[in-house]
Amino acid sequence: MADLSLEDVKKRFGNTEVIHGVSTDIKDGEFIVIVGPSGCGKSTLLRMVAGLESVSDGEIRIGGVRVNEKEPMDRDIAMVFQNYALYPHMSVRQNMAYGLKIAKKPQAEIDKRVADAARLLQLEEYLDRKPKQLSGGQRQRVAMGRAIVREPSVFLFDEPLSNLDAKLRVQMRLEIKELQSRLGITSLYVTHDQVEAMTMADRMIVMNGGVAEQIGTPLEVYETPQTLFAAQFIGSPAMNILNAELKGGKAKLENGASLTCKSKLEIEAKIGLRPEHLTLNPKGKIELMPLLAEPLGANTLIHGKLKNSSIPLTASVPGVYELEEKSDAIGFSIDPNNLHFFDAESGHRIS
Amino acid sequence: MEKRVTFRGWGLPLLLVFPQILISGVFFFYPAAQAIWQSLFIPDPFGLSAQFVGLGNFEFLFSDRFYRSSFITTAVFSTLVTLVSMVPALFLAVLADRLIKGAGTYRTMLIWPYAVAPAVAGVLWLFMFNTRVGVVSWYLAQLAYDWNHVLNDGEAMGLVVVASAWGRISYNFLFFFAALQSVPKSVIEAAAIDGARFWKRFFTIVLPLLSPTTFFLLVVNIVYSFFETFGVIHTITAGGPQQATTILVYKVFSDGFVGQDLGSSAAQSVVLLVVVGALTVIQFKYVEKRVHY
Ligand SMILES: Nc1ncnc2c1ncn2[C@@H]1O[C@H](COP(=O)(O)OP(=O)(O)OP(=O)(O)O)[C@@H](O)[C@H]1O
Ligand SMILES: [Mg+2]
Repeated sequence: MADLSLEDVKKRFGNTEVIHGVSTDIKDGEFIVIVGPSGCGKSTLLRMVAGLESVSDGEIRIGGVRVNEKEPMDRDIAMVFQNYALYPHMSVRQNMAYGLKIAKKPQAEIDKRVADAARLLQLEEYLDRKPKQLSGGQRQRVAMGRAIVREPSVFLFDEPLSNLDAKLRVQMRLEIKELQSRLGITSLYVTHDQVEAMTMADRMIVMNGGVAEQIGTPLEVYETPQTLFAAQFIGSPAMNILNAELKGGKAKLENGASLTCKSKLEIEAKIGLRPEHLTLNPKGKIELMPLLAEPLGANTLIHGKLKNSSIPLTASVPGVYELEEKSDAIGFSIDPNNLHFFDAESGHRIS
Repeated sequence: MEKRVTFRGWGLPLLLVFPQILISGVFFFYPAAQAIWQSLFIPDPFGLSAQFVGLGNFEFLFSDRFYRSSFITTAVFSTLVTLVSMVPALFLAVLADRLIKGAGTYRTMLIWPYAVAPAVAGVLWLFMFNTRVGVVSWYLAQLAYDWNHVLNDGEAMGLVVVASAWGRISYNFLFFFAALQSVPKSVIEAAAIDGARFWKRFFTIVLPLLSPTTFFLLVVNIVYSFFETFGVIHTITAGGPQQATTILVYKVFSDGFVGQDLGSSAAQSVVLLVVVGALTVIQFKYVEKRVHY
């Protein structure tokens, strides 16, 4: 068990820099999720920690020791791959024991650790099967088992659930999280699924284009997104972003409507409104021309445009909501505390 | 899902397979039948008549010291050719697999020897090792080693083995290289994280994953060394010295066409037919069981 710190870590492939300097300190036992869109450099960052990619610049420390130059095997880490990367010619038991055998652990200890892991992951009846005789979820567990028998200081996961179906994904998500908190092993978990990130993370790193846009707990990122990107990437459905002119405690929208806000700034800005913070109010200033209602059971998403404009707007209302045949604008209001302001140019949060 | 084409009636399907049946018939079944037939007779020296001897040719064959030793020669020869053509090929493929730049050039250059016909390769090697004018034998003489494959059994065997295996290295290399490239990178990385260093990974992960390819090449190379090395042996040693490099196929030729003992030659062909049949059966049985990990 150990803490993990990244200090201005950069990665270049030839002349193209794909990670532009990521810094963070991860405490012992923390579960950190790296989340971001495809191609933003999540896997690359994780693979640098694993030692599968060299570090172009900066420093990675595990348990306070610089590991930049260390081989993967000397870093005391274990990794779960997206395609599981099980050894196809070995049984489940041999897959899990492989690392321990190489470390020349006594046979009795190997047997015990494999048996413990198998019990923990409910793999006991499959120990003598080959990977190809297992279902996706079982293979996933074997990959987990191979990681935990080695009792590493740090777990690394690269989208371990993305090959599973939706239901199994939810189940495995809980299992992994529960297992991790039981074992208390520092973990770095890569995903592009923001729901996975929100539900699993102690803290998350929101990445975009090789930059860590925000590092914080899921609630922090949700409640106070530091950049436009983080604001739109986290939360489902995504936050609505509108242009506004701030003046005298009012935010004037593009269609002329003006909202009360607490800011005393007098600038052009982007304001963000989460769909779930819009409340139905016939006298509300935010008028939505509905195009489509998506009933999700517990709530209904209403997609449309801001009245007298072509700006898309989505609202989420509780329960079932049916659009009228020839529907007029629907009025919404929002609590000024729930408004987010971002600099129109840099996209950074304005408080 | 199995794809099946169904025909109505027999006319068209028979027409379609007819060319293949014709070719097999003319070039395989007819000569094979003829060989089996001839193996039961001893023709007179002028080829005008033949006397039926039943299995006499076979009895004579297996009591022939030279024929039995030819079996051993063949076993030694094909084992060596298979090893010498596969092990370096695998080694080169592993090196090429690690290359990031220039793997293409390297690969192309390694394929060239395959394009050289066996007899030509034989002549090339013969020139290099010619006891009087060969480059290599001259250098060996400088090192005070007296190379003479014309007289020395072991040297003759070594030379035909190397000359036969040389061109096959390219062929085997291609298969090994393709197989190595298809080993998933993440599996290798997982093993690296598990603590296995390069050669450990090679022997515990890569080699087992290559086993289908290795087995395939094993059979193909054994068959090659049995039947397709005639040209090399004919040009380099002509089976000598003292029949030290006379493998079964070469003996069929030398007894039949040189020695004019057609009955014995035919009986030897039949024995070879049985050997090939056995090899094929073993291959199919083994392939079905073992090769899917
Ligand atoms: N070996 C490489 N050589 C050159 N560029 C690379 C290499 N590996 C990755 N890249 C580039 O680095 C960037 C980040 O890739 P990375 O695989 O880390 O993305 P990711 O966030 O994991 O995406 P995904 O969610 O699709 O897995 C991409 O633009 C990719 O093209
Ligand atoms: Mg990735």
